[in-house]
Amino acid sequence: MKPIIQVVCEARAGPVRQAGSWVRVVIVGVKTWIEGWPVYRQLTGTDPLGRGAASQSPRSKALTARTETADRVAKSVCPYCAVGCGQRIFVKDEKVVQIEGDPDSPISRGRLCPKGSASLSLVTSDRRQQKVLYRRPYGTDWEELDLDTAMDMITDRVLAARDATWQDADDDGRPLNRTLGISSLGGATLDNEENYLIKKLFTAIGAIQIENQARI
Amino acid sequence: MAEAHPVGFQWVVEAKNRGAKVIHVDPRFTRTSALAHTYLPVRAGADIAFLGGVINYILSNEKDFREYVVAYTNASMLVSEDFQDTEDLDGLFSGYDSELNTYDQGSWQYAGQQDEGQEEGESHADRETASGLEQESHGPPIPADVPRDPTLQDPRCVYQVLKRHYARYTPEVVERLCGVPQEKFLEVCEAWTANSGRERTTALVYSVGWTQHSVGVQYIRAGAIIQLLLGNMGRPGGGVMALRGHASIQGSTDIPTLFNLLPGYLPMPHFQQHQTFDQWIDAIRHPEQSGFWANAKSYAVSLLKSYWGDAATEENDYGYGWMPRLTGDHGTYQQVLDMIDGKIKGYFLLGQNPAVGSAHGKAQRLGMANLDWLVVRDLYMIESATFWKNGPEIATGEIVPEECKTEVFFMPAASHAEKEGTFTQTQRMLQWREKAVEPPGEARSELWFFYHLGRKIKERLAGSTRPRDEGVLNLAWDYPVHGELSEPSGEDVLKEINGYDLTTGKLLSTFTEMKPDGSTSGGCWIYTGVYQDGVNQAARRKPGSEQNYVALEWGWVWPANRRTLYNRASADPDGKPWSERKKYVWWDAEKGEWVGDDVPDFEKTKPPSYRPPEGASGVEAISGDDAFIMQGDGKGWLYAPSGLIDGPMPTHYEPAESVFRNPLYGQQANPTRKVYERSDNLTNPSPPEKHSEVFPYVFSTSRLTEHHTAGGMSRQLAYLSELQPEMFVEVSPELAAERGLEHMGWAHMVTARAAIEARVMVTDRLTPLRIDGRVVHQLWMPYHWGSEGLVTGDSANDLIGITLDPNVLIQESKVGTCDIQPGRRPTGPELLTYVQGYRDRAGLTPGHHTPIETPRDADDGQQ
Amino acid sequence: MGSNSLYGPLDPAPDAGYTDAPPRMGFFTDTSVCIGCKACEVACKTWNAVPDDGFDLLGQSYDNTGGLTANSWRHVAFIEQPRSSSGAATDTPGAFAGLPVGPSSIPATNVVAARTAPDTGTAPGIPPAVDALAAAATAGSEFLGAPAAPGCGSGGCGSSHSGAATPGSASPGSATPGSAQAGGGQFLGMPMTDLPGRVAEAPRTDFRWLMMSNVCKHCTHAGCLDVCPTGALFRTEFGTVVVQEDICNGCGYCISACPYGVIDRREDDGRAWKCTLCYDRIGDGLTPACAQACPTESIQFGELSELRERAARRVKNLQENGVAEARLYGHDSSDGVGGDGAFFLLLDEPEVYGLPPDPHVPTRDVVSMWKRAGLAALTMAATAVVAFAGRRQ
Repeated sequence: MKPIIQVVCEARAGPVRQAGSWVRVVIVGVKTWIEGWPVYRQLTGTDPLGRGAASQSPRSKALTARTETADRVAKSVCPYCAVGCGQRIFVKDEKVVQIEGDPDSPISRGRLCPKGSASLSLVTSDRRQQKVLYRRPYGTDWEELDLDTAMDMITDRVLAARDATWQDADDDGRPLNRTLGISSLGGATLDNEENYLIKKLFTAIGAIQIENQARI
Repeated sequence: MAEAHPVGFQWVVEAKNRGAKVIHVDPRFTRTSALAHTYLPVRAGADIAFLGGVINYILSNEKDFREYVVAYTNASMLVSEDFQDTEDLDGLFSGYDSELNTYDQGSWQYAGQQDEGQEEGESHADRETASGLEQESHGPPIPADVPRDPTLQDPRCVYQVLKRHYARYTPEVVERLCGVPQEKFLEVCEAWTANSGRERTTALVYSVGWTQHSVGVQYIRAGAIIQLLLGNMGRPGGGVMALRGHASIQGSTDIPTLFNLLPGYLPMPHFQQHQTFDQWIDAIRHPEQSGFWANAKSYAVSLLKSYWGDAATEENDYGYGWMPRLTGDHGTYQQVLDMIDGKIKGYFLLGQNPAVGSAHGKAQRLGMANLDWLVVRDLYMIESATFWKNGPEIATGEIVPEECKTEVFFMPAASHAEKEGTFTQTQRMLQWREKAVEPPGEARSELWFFYHLGRKIKERLAGSTRPRDEGVLNLAWDYPVHGELSEPSGEDVLKEINGYDLTTGKLLSTFTEMKPDGSTSGGCWIYTGVYQDGVNQAARRKPGSEQNYVALEWGWVWPANRRTLYNRASADPDGKPWSERKKYVWWDAEKGEWVGDDVPDFEKTKPPSYRPPEGASGVEAISGDDAFIMQGDGKGWLYAPSGLIDGPMPTHYEPAESVFRNPLYGQQANPTRKVYERSDNLTNPSPPEKHSEVFPYVFSTSRLTEHHTAGGMSRQLAYLSELQPEMFVEVSPELAAERGLEHMGWAHMVTARAAIEARVMVTDRLTPLRIDGRVVHQLWMPYHWGSEGLVTGDSANDLIGITLDPNVLIQESKVGTCDIQPGRRPTGPELLTYVQGYRDRAGLTPGHHTPIETPRDADDGQQ
Repeated sequence: MGSNSLYGPLDPAPDAGYTDAPPRMGFFTDTSVCIGCKACEVACKTWNAVPDDGFDLLGQSYDNTGGLTANSWRHVAFIEQPRSSSGAATDTPGAFAGLPVGPSSIPATNVVAARTAPDTGTAPGIPPAVDALAAAATAGSEFLGAPAAPGCGSGGCGSSHSGAATPGSASPGSATPGSAQAGGGQFLGMPMTDLPGRVAEAPRTDFRWLMMSNVCKHCTHAGCLDVCPTGALFRTEFGTVVVQEDICNGCGYCISACPYGVIDRREDDGRAWKCTLCYDRIGDGLTPACAQACPTESIQFGELSELRERAARRVKNLQENGVAEARLYGHDSSDGVGGDGAFFLLLDEPEVYGLPPDPHVPTRDVVSMWKRAGLAALTMAATAVVAFAGRRQ
């Protein structure tokens, strides 16, 4: 039965196009509100072949760009290469619903490359990691860990590594004031403000092996 | 450019439509070549031969923009009589020390300055700390009273020295070294010179693969020399454009997370050179020197005030004593080798994936497997977080999960849409991003992570009386937090970076307001002004269509919103535009100030006729026609009398791995390159060593449009993965025939480090080249693949060893030698045996030593 | 029903019943500035939430999409041609002129290639020969047709080849590619003829890499629309052709009716999908996603009449600048589909890009039928409707 019903439902909105579909449509028409029936519209309207206005479904009629119905737009910048293309991030119900080029940008004039155009999936993909994961020493798989616990554990380890490897001065008494037990390598998609805090904190705790993609 | 920066390429297309000629030089025919007027295939690693050929063409035909060259470059300055060229010493400059493999730079100086140069010991320290180019641009002090010959006829003037140095870089030599037919090379020379001068300018665009060579800095120097000779610097449509590869990689050097730098290119203190605060300051400002670096104390004190707030006082040298000190090379590659050696306990990876993205992937992974703990912060699961589980060393048995002690924390990160802040793009423009939504789940920004990590560290250390903890406890770390996630405000941090007048609490408007007495703060002096008038200038978004083409009201560019650096040079010495067509910034005598489309990169009211009084220093010593205001002598440097570890002029050296003996000099490769000779970092033999034939092909790597670096932001996305779903290697039909490679079949590539496999793309876009009378094949690979993500494959960077440029400690990863064989590589432990077989045949036995200094007469008995 | 409703020049929206139709909108895709970045493909999928099309390396240059399908509404084709155009649009004349062809002429390299050397099988040195015949075949062109050369093991074979290939000798005509000359190529099964666009015998001097972003043509006379029995396909007020996903029942008639092979059914839901020219966006005055993203304005969106003028100017400009082969495709309202709403500037024959040279709508031949039988059918239909309507009352 199901396929038949399907045909019925779908055909309801359909106009008459060709002899092949004619019989089906007419039979269905019996059960239809005549004025809403496309064939009726087709025959009485301006679209005698039923290929245009008469065929437009209510859904099609109601279509609107989701950028137009967004709650807000954040002005942003593409996170991939260093051209710095302007992006507009459209948000609806606290979800990002579209990311596209910002036509106002004198750098990019609204355009984006394939990577920039994929930014929406970069942000919203369900492959994104949303949980802290922990691999214990000699472990063979990930375990979940609470964010606060992880932060405490990392703090412990930074301080322990610092103390274990601290160097006050060299053999001649010249100050060193540092640890060589801690390293860091940052990507170049971090914000300036983030890099500033990273360097400030690490310098204060005496960690000097702080590097970045800019060295690579 | 079309490959890796497609949206930037729109301006090339636009220029082309307006009549510009586009020339593309690349080892392989790319999407950029497809739209160029002229394409030149070249051998990877021979760029200085090519560019040197252009310089020779300019000088031997006197095609330079003479007025510009005399006024704005150091062409007229006389070089010390002690200087000897590579042309005299078979590939070495005077002052080479065979023990340390560095130079005593005394003889490179201008006449009368011989004692000012770096000695070899200092030069060695500078290489270790990547500080040859200290403060990146201004170099060591150069007094203004250097003897000159404005006629450029004196045989010791820079112009003539340059001319002699490049005299042998003829079109024949370019053809012989680069494989470029002479007529095509001359076509480039003619186009470049014809399109430069008063009426026209030419832009030189490079992608930062240029930096990834053992002579990377000299590549760029060579480009800069051409652009200076042709008068293309500081002028609209000219310049040397670096197409950098990451959203804020410029910002990452301006506000560095680099071991040798502090914000604003201030050097990290060195235990020997900067024992005291004054030594540190003087090393930056060079008393007596002209230019804006003379105010370095203001910049440095303001930084320390931003770091330590009220605790930084004149009495305690503003907290200088709390700063850690460098003792040598602490760069990322040194770190990785130290990890292998068990010297490093903990490692933070912040949006970075060295298991795929750094040279020598195996060393990266083995290093990480030998840590106590590793913190990985990223959006997606990346190879650097799963080396203990999915890395290639699991199959070979080199890493056994049950025996690998490294504790790994994977911390999900917030994306660019989920945090506010600035990126600095490749033209030094800061653009503020608004936060669109909160990050999902436990994802957090770096700002959140480091603020709270610092807060917890300070809480743990509270009450400590140990001297080592003073700097932590005094650290100014009071960032108010907001919202449910307790997120610090990016604007607060940007304001701190901008800096305050601490007496009034007002934000500074320009770095010239900074004081050396502790009354101002500022976290990065070159960024001061980003909060001019209390307004976040980086957030400005006046549509481009409502502004002139310079668009000064979109974002903010350091320094002081100047869009084109050194734009004083867009006017002639008298301050008049070189031509109506190319007018940009000029002197308005009536107003008594510099005016134009851009913010003048010059003191606004200093007239062109200004000459410094006797004995002047600092800003006062900048003459009215010194367009290059950050240089010690105000001039663009055709010849670098000091500051570069590997020589005052770019010279052709073969790559560290080459199939050719250097045809120009006995010295085979950069004699000052940074090497790490260890059994786990072997280098393929190159002539004059024996057995280079074991790795007979030249390879290069780069990006595809469809992917991003190590793949963490692209191989996880279906829409990008489907566009380039598999690791492949591009070979010419000729190489395919020679090695029996089938299109879309498998092949594997082998170096002394690794063997990796890829699908074969046989394409006419690669061609054999005739180099030094012999035909050589080049092959090319993208480097995006790894073991995680929707599409996986072997990593090209596994093939590459660690040899670094001596100036900046960046690896040579854009050229190497390899073998290629049909079929897949062996798997499991057999892979190790297979690679070992190559090592044995290449003579890379224990105790093997790669010669650094290679005089021609040592070739006897070699191949 | 207008006189050209089924064939010939027509403004389709008014013909489809839109009395106040806005100007017809379309795409002009100028392949001479396409850089093959595929931003169009991704922007389209992002906006329209089109699923990925599978992760398959196709080996057709940089095209791993393969064609327009239900899951790829934009498709960038890549054509590698060992030839030059007459000018410099998407072209670098003489890209490889003067460069050598054939195998390595470095003696050591040849030795390695042949896996033969005096120190064969020892370490250090190079690996042992696997096969003498293979060694000979890979060593150099002079061994073509020759018996396995006994003297090759010395490594001298490479040198002699090197001597032959002196600089300047590799001019067009005097040299042939290694694949064609080297017995080794065939011996080792090199499928050179499989290369897209490659002519085995042609010496490679010139080269160009054509790229084109293909899309639904939004034909003036759209075969898909004409045969759709359900009214899922319809003509919009902008003159574009759109599948309505709430109507389509997956019958598939449209697929065979498309002269360009564009429309396609999705495997999971069976419905037909294709480019909608971002009907939702253009209805709100926005630019379709692909055209908005396109970095070089290769894809231009606008009023079709204006685009046709712009395209004519562009072709003229290119031809005046020496690109004689620049031509438009799909712009002609008297062609077999009444002209396309999405038309192209090409730099070679349409077939080179995988486009039909002379597409025509299947209903072209129906016109005469319609005029006779169709009228009768319509009369019948009208009668039936009136009868039903009357009964309902």
